[in-house]
Amino acid sequence: MTAQGLRLEKITKTFGDFKALDGVDLTIAPASIHAILGENGAGKTTLMNILYGLYQPDGGRILLDGVPQRIASPRRAMDLGIGIIHQHLMLVETLTVVENVVLGLPGQGMRLSLDEHARRLATLADSFGFDVDPHQEVWKLPMGMRQRVEILKVLYRDARLIILDEPTSVLAPNEVEGFLQGLRRLRAAGKTVIFISHKLDEVAAVADRVTVLRRGAVSADLPIEGATPREMARMMVGRDVVLTTLEKASLKSDTVLVRARDLKARVTRGNQALKGVSFDIRAGEILGVAGVDGNGQAELAEVLTGLRPAEGGSVELAGEDITCTGVYERRHRLGISFVPEDRHGTGLVLDFPVYQNAMIRDFRESSFSSGPMLRTANAKAVTEDWVRRYDVRLQSVDQPIRFLSGGNQQKLIFAREVECRPRLLVIMQPCKGLDVGAIEAVHRTVLAERERGTAILYISTELEHILSVCDRVAVMCAGRITGIISPEEATAERVGALLGGLAEAEVA
Amino acid sequence: MLRAIQYIYVLRPVWAVLAALLVGAGLIAVAGVNPWDAYGALFGGAFLDYYGLASTLAKMSPILLAGLAVIVPLRVGLLNIGAEGQIYMGGLFSSMAALLLPEMSPYLQVPLCVLAGAVGGGFWGMIPGYLKAYRGVNEVIITILLNFIAINLVSYVAGGPMMQEGAPYPYSEEIREGLWLPYIMPQTDAHLGVLAGIVLCLAAWFVFRFTTVGFGLGMIGKNPTAATYAGIRVRRNVVAVMFVAGAIGGLAGTFEVLGLKHRLYHLFSPGYGFDGIVVAFLAQLSPLMAPIAAFFLSGLKVGGLIMQRAVGLESTVVEAIQGLVIIFVAVSLAFRFDRGNWRRFLERRRLLDAGLAQGVTNNSGGTS
Amino acid sequence: MSLLGDMSAWVDFFSTVLRLSIPIVFAALGGVLSERAGVFNVSLEGCILGGAFGAATGAYLTGTPVGGLLVGLLAAAAIGCILAGLAVSLGINQLVTGIAINILVLGLTSYLARLILGADATSTLPGFSPMAIPVLSSIPVIGPVLFNQDPLAYLMYLAVPLSFWFLYRTPWGLIVRAIGDYPIAADTVGVSVPAVRALCVIASCMLGGLGGCYLVLCQVFVFTENMSAGKGWIALAAVILGRWNPALVFAACIFFAFSEALQLRLQFNNPDVPYQLFSMVPFLASFVALVVFAGRVRPPGAIGIKYVRGGK
Repeated sequence: MTAQGLRLEKITKTFGDFKALDGVDLTIAPASIHAILGENGAGKTTLMNILYGLYQPDGGRILLDGVPQRIASPRRAMDLGIGIIHQHLMLVETLTVVENVVLGLPGQGMRLSLDEHARRLATLADSFGFDVDPHQEVWKLPMGMRQRVEILKVLYRDARLIILDEPTSVLAPNEVEGFLQGLRRLRAAGKTVIFISHKLDEVAAVADRVTVLRRGAVSADLPIEGATPREMARMMVGRDVVLTTLEKASLKSDTVLVRARDLKARVTRGNQALKGVSFDIRAGEILGVAGVDGNGQAELAEVLTGLRPAEGGSVELAGEDITCTGVYERRHRLGISFVPEDRHGTGLVLDFPVYQNAMIRDFRESSFSSGPMLRTANAKAVTEDWVRRYDVRLQSVDQPIRFLSGGNQQKLIFAREVECRPRLLVIMQPCKGLDVGAIEAVHRTVLAERERGTAILYISTELEHILSVCDRVAVMCAGRITGIISPEEATAERVGALLGGLAEAEVA
Repeated sequence: MLRAIQYIYVLRPVWAVLAALLVGAGLIAVAGVNPWDAYGALFGGAFLDYYGLASTLAKMSPILLAGLAVIVPLRVGLLNIGAEGQIYMGGLFSSMAALLLPEMSPYLQVPLCVLAGAVGGGFWGMIPGYLKAYRGVNEVIITILLNFIAINLVSYVAGGPMMQEGAPYPYSEEIREGLWLPYIMPQTDAHLGVLAGIVLCLAAWFVFRFTTVGFGLGMIGKNPTAATYAGIRVRRNVVAVMFVAGAIGGLAGTFEVLGLKHRLYHLFSPGYGFDGIVVAFLAQLSPLMAPIAAFFLSGLKVGGLIMQRAVGLESTVVEAIQGLVIIFVAVSLAFRFDRGNWRRFLERRRLLDAGLAQGVTNNSGGTS
Repeated sequence: MSLLGDMSAWVDFFSTVLRLSIPIVFAALGGVLSERAGVFNVSLEGCILGGAFGAATGAYLTGTPVGGLLVGLLAAAAIGCILAGLAVSLGINQLVTGIAINILVLGLTSYLARLILGADATSTLPGFSPMAIPVLSSIPVIGPVLFNQDPLAYLMYLAVPLSFWFLYRTPWGLIVRAIGDYPIAADTVGVSVPAVRALCVIASCMLGGLGGCYLVLCQVFVFTENMSAGKGWIALAAVILGRWNPALVFAACIFFAFSEALQLRLQFNNPDVPYQLFSMVPFLASFVALVVFAGRVRPPGAIGIKYVRGGK
């Protein structure tokens, strides 16, 4: 009975020249909840993909109950009793719950006996206190329920070791507590749970032990009793995290530039995503929008920029009703700029060279064209000027933008969206996947724009960013704004309370 | 070294064509004919002989225009398999304009015929464009079905309402000589259509390369989401591009009728629309390369017949070779420098470039 | 007397509908299979033609219809391997690949047919003859229409419920449906997406080839150039119209066969009207049906998109 549980020794993994994991040691006790903390890009997901057989480690070994194992494929991982719940749920939405659970289940023979599986599944679900209808189609279920289906999927395959990758990022705040309860029940049933997160309060609430990863290496490994959230945050980032509000002048003007009233919109599939959203933004003000992903923020940005029609309500810009105007008019006549969330899919044409990406929004304007003719030479000169002023690192503006790093791509997008001197700037998740330096550059640009008197809507799920740059914070939940907090009250505690799921005290 | 690799890489379609010809040589050898002789007769006849060259140019007119009718929408991300039907509609409308309108000055009527052909084809191309943009119906299947409808429609018209009295098989009255397109090589069939095709190719190249309209269309082709974000009305553009593509296909039919056949025959296009697809892939969607590809392909077809006469080999082998060519080219285009290779390659260059070597931010492996 | 005459006319008409539907049904079932797995099989047209050519060659060389059937299926499987290799393994655009294959098969079969069948191209090949099923074939109207057919027709009767059963009642069918909709979900439970897709494509092409075999071995007994004549495209339209469900697709195929039989009947009854006006009917019917119904259906989510593990 020695060496029970899972042991990783000196695991190393490189992608090209990038060391994702650098000699990671990890011991996970059976029937415990083990949290793995780390910033974006710290190597958490890479580590888990290695455990699940999606990647092979370049060095080191994996021991399961004291026996070295080579996990060559997900199938092998499943045979070993390892199950993973991915951050993005791996469910086929058009299939029913039980169909998703039995999908690819070995040893089924020729007949698909759904009813029998459904019965067994219901029993299993009951034993963990999960209330799931096996014959319901997945797309009809709320996110929290879908996640339970994912967990049932791995339990149904007799997984003993369950890995959850950022499981709460898709949940609504009110679903989180139920989810954490579920984890405790799994532990009580003798399952080992690896819980990957960067949310400190959740880790503090549920884990037995915590390992902190930083830049591909273990920076701390300790029982939860010995760790305060503030300490964990310091180990995660490698320096003291202080909630700083960036230096900024007070508002110059009281003119309300943007007035949104009772906005309603639907997602493409038909669910109502915005259920009556109202707010004002003054000139030179940054209104932050905080909230868990998928609570209507994307739709709000699209409605403001004209990409999605509003079903009800109105938007005014400087007193003019712009609810029914199109994308082009909003961009060019009204001066609404947009930094979209999906850089690669929406904000850029990856196959185009850098200078063409600089002109995709304004190619019909005089700096890029005269009449029907493009002014390529001029476009390149303009781009080179931006590249200098916004510190975009590249070889040449003729290079396809695909080969720039995320931070440099984002800087170019910001240059493009800001250089046209907008009146309203909508920014969505601008720091996703960026390193610290690039994040700082982005925030500097945003503050400079504020100084110029632009109304700014800053949407992000990163509370820390929102609190450090915004003048007021609106919190969104389930298509509504649950509260707008003025600068003085925008403490972490208040926002946390509005989000509903976060703990009152320590928010790093 | 790198330069050389680059050239080899860029010329992939040429290697693919050579490989296809090699496999084709195998097919010829199976029939017991010396492939060397066969290819000699084929290419010598098609390109080196005055009359052969003229036939090649005459065939090139519809093939080149059909190729352009595939290239233009494909650069916007739409696969137009309907050039064949658009050719037929162009031929139908232009011959109706030539035969049914009251006789007038050729200077007026020829442009009218051309316009009618272009509008007919354009209308035929606009149908799948509209259905794709506003109803989400797959344009490939719709264009194919429309091909069959157009072919049968022309057969009906040529064998019914417009059929010449006592004709042995469906064709219309002859179009009067005043409306024929001028010939470009004396005493041959080579007519003005091929020059018009080349001019249109140049125009398409110019539009895509130098104008805002072309820039916007290219953006739709590369990333329609970004195009929407950039304020381009994607649906409207899709319909417009399919109209233009159809009009180009219609011109192919128009020139075929006014330049070569001088009547509306049933089944007058032996699949030129599909040859257009081959041209588009051979030319890698470049309007500048399209004339070269079309020249090669029409030479292959004309040469096939000459070869049949010279060495007694079935000219259908040319169709098989054409199929091989397109498969091989498709495969060759699938081989790409993958991004990882590129990045490592650029990284190495970056190291050489001392000024830029510092501060390279890396967020590859962007996890979680 | 006139009642009896009418009856035999109806029997005639419905037999025609059935015979015309068989190649389309086989091809359309193939289309359902591959599209459910997320691969557009545009080369069905080529598969029918390839299957027909294989059947003709096999029957000519072996002198038996069974030999023809085997060679026909083999030819179609070869086409399937090419499509799977190009579209699934190399990830080349599925539409482009399919069209390229159609062009290749058209050229290759025309050439090889002259080479192999040569002068005998117009002489009748050995084929399957109708086999009346004892009791059932004596039912009035239905009997002669349904139960006095050749073996491939009976095979089609089986193929429709069989493919329905496969897709909805077996674990493999579940995997196929999952892969067509959200392949990464299947990948994470240990199913090899490329392998399943390749198998589906090959099976799909063989079904298309079966349609070609039927044309040669049960209907016309000769091979002619481009004898598929757009049937593959009609089958693809039927797949969309039948919403990727074998039972509905079968109904759509019957609809197209009905319109084809109708146009033949119209041609026959109106010799003074040029027949081309009527030959348009099936294509026009597909077109109209697609335009009217297709806008509202939801195709398999991942159709036409190559699958690469890890996204981009």
